[in-house]
Amino acid sequence: MDLGRLLQAMVERGTALRRTMYVVLAGLVIADILVPSKYDRFPWESIGGFGAFYGLISCVLIVVVAKSLGYLLVYRSEDYYDE
Amino acid sequence: MSEVLHPSILLFTGALVLALLRGRLQQGWMLLVAAALIWLVFSLPAGVHGSTEFLGIELSPMRVDALSLVFASVFAIITLVGAIYALHVKDTTQHVAALGYAGSALGAVFAGDLLTLYMFWELMVFTSVWLIWRRRTPVSMAAGFRYLLVHALGGVVLLAGIILYYLDTGTVRFAEIENTGPAFYLILFGFLLNAAVPPLNAWLADAYPESTVTGAIFLSALTTKTAVYTLIRGFPGTELLVWLGVVMALWGVIYAALANDIRRLLAYHIISQVGYMVAGVGMGTIMALNGSASHAFTHIFYKALLFMGAGAVIHMTGRAKLTELGGIYRYMPATFLLYMIGAFSIAAFPLFSGFVSKTMVVEAAALDQRAWVWLLLSLTAAGTFLSTGLKLPWFTFFGPDRGLRPQEAPFNMLLAMGIAAFFCVFIGIYPQWLYAMMPATVDYQAYTSGHILWELQLLLFTGVGFFVLLKYVGAEPRISIDTDWIYRKAMPAMAGSIHRVGGGAWQAALAAVNRKLAAVVSTVSAHHGPRGILARTSPTGSMVLWVAILLAASLLIYYL
Repeated sequence: MDLGRLLQAMVERGTALRRTMYVVLAGLVIADILVPSKYDRFPWESIGGFGAFYGLISCVLIVVVAKSLGYLLVYRSEDYYDE
Repeated sequence: MSEVLHPSILLFTGALVLALLRGRLQQGWMLLVAAALIWLVFSLPAGVHGSTEFLGIELSPMRVDALSLVFASVFAIITLVGAIYALHVKDTTQHVAALGYAGSALGAVFAGDLLTLYMFWELMVFTSVWLIWRRRTPVSMAAGFRYLLVHALGGVVLLAGIILYYLDTGTVRFAEIENTGPAFYLILFGFLLNAAVPPLNAWLADAYPESTVTGAIFLSALTTKTAVYTLIRGFPGTELLVWLGVVMALWGVIYAALANDIRRLLAYHIISQVGYMVAGVGMGTIMALNGSASHAFTHIFYKALLFMGAGAVIHMTGRAKLTELGGIYRYMPATFLLYMIGAFSIAAFPLFSGFVSKTMVVEAAALDQRAWVWLLLSLTAAGTFLSTGLKLPWFTFFGPDRGLRPQEAPFNMLLAMGIAAFFCVFIGIYPQWLYAMMPATVDYQAYTSGHILWELQLLLFTGVGFFVLLKYVGAEPRISIDTDWIYRKAMPAMAGSIHRVGGGAWQAALAAVNRKLAAVVSTVSAHHGPRGILARTSPTGSMVLWVAILLAASLLIYYL
């Protein structure tokens, strides 16, 4: 079995993979709306699709906060400590 | 001693013998010692063995109970994995250091009293630093010295705490630390430094990426997890730790999102993951403590696997930066797939090990109604997948093709990764094996539809965010300063400016004093100098003249 070639074949079918992922994502959210949540410790636990929303904003938030901190405060050139 | 062999003695003796061997004999011996260690740890009878009295203080170097066994067994397995991964390395110093380091960590975990713990705590530093130095670059030498100094500080503070604690309570038994004032906080400081809790975190992200490719596996597994063990043992339910843990989890995520060096990115995700464990210790409920212990257990496997994958890339390509890697998935497909098993585990995908342990800590927060902790730890989970599961593999294995055509990693490296990957999947599918080892009965069901749907949505939609922001999430050829800036830049700069300003002031003061002195000297020399009025020599003739004048005067007075 040539793993490299297998992976390459998958990469070449990127569009099909992406479409499959869209179906999976949509299916997840629909399932979460349909399946009643067994948890109600927090108000959001009974909102269908909240996980999807939270994952997306978490990702954006982390990228924005991290990059801002980087540019405003902590990024330095690679030879900063060499002097 | 007792009838039971202490695992540290096995490893120290093994390391000494290993130092005398070379070649195949050395390789075989290393594997034999590591395998014997697993057998020994899994057959240890519970109880306190070999207690002895020293200067009236009772020492118990070997306490075997459920909690110490959780950590000892995973340390033992990962020692074998690390030994296999390092099998091709022809550097006796490194192998001796690695076995000695594992022996010290096991000694710390089995220590039943604080003095024994302290001794092994320090030994861990002096053995592990060689795994950094043996990279043999100027950068790793400097990083190793900083590592040594920071841990020396932590060790001194810990020792001070232990002595005060003994004076306060009259015992050095290592159980839950009573809050008697300064002693409590000094010991906590020592433990938190080794757990890399911000702002005491920078030594980890500074030193681990500069260590040898194979040494990083031992480093990533042992020091921080020993610290987590001591926190579970000594400080359960310390409320401060909840928030330190949450800050720590986010701190690691933010810095990992900025990182360019692949092992620095992973090092920041050690900090982030240990944040879950520290927060769990702080919550202190049975669910939370079980969660911390099981997360430490699964963490060691997936983190070692991630470091092994990154190490294999560095070993084969000679490059470590995301901005210089890319397009190698076709050439190192096995490394890529094994790495991804680690990535799915750390991200807590269902069927992978992180899912059955990380969600336990998060669940403990839910049961305690700690909404902010729950939300922020979930945010961390998204950030973890973002950096270790998407950014790192994408820009290392896919992304732009930089013309790299590496070979697949050597067999021993792939085998070691395979063993770690096996445990990641095995624990994910069969969590009961892990739960049965926990110190308290685990009353937790990871695989509920609620958990699975939540986790899958959270992670997959993080992935959506990643691909939408693909242009902006990439690494940049820069470094990010962390709290080590204080002792790498600010303090040297301060010393420099004290030298400059102080030196100038000193010179000015000297000059002012000199001027005064010069004035005094010139006045004195005006009167007492060779031409001074008081220093003139008088000729004998003038003496005779004066005598004659005096005689004449007295004659005159007498006559009058």
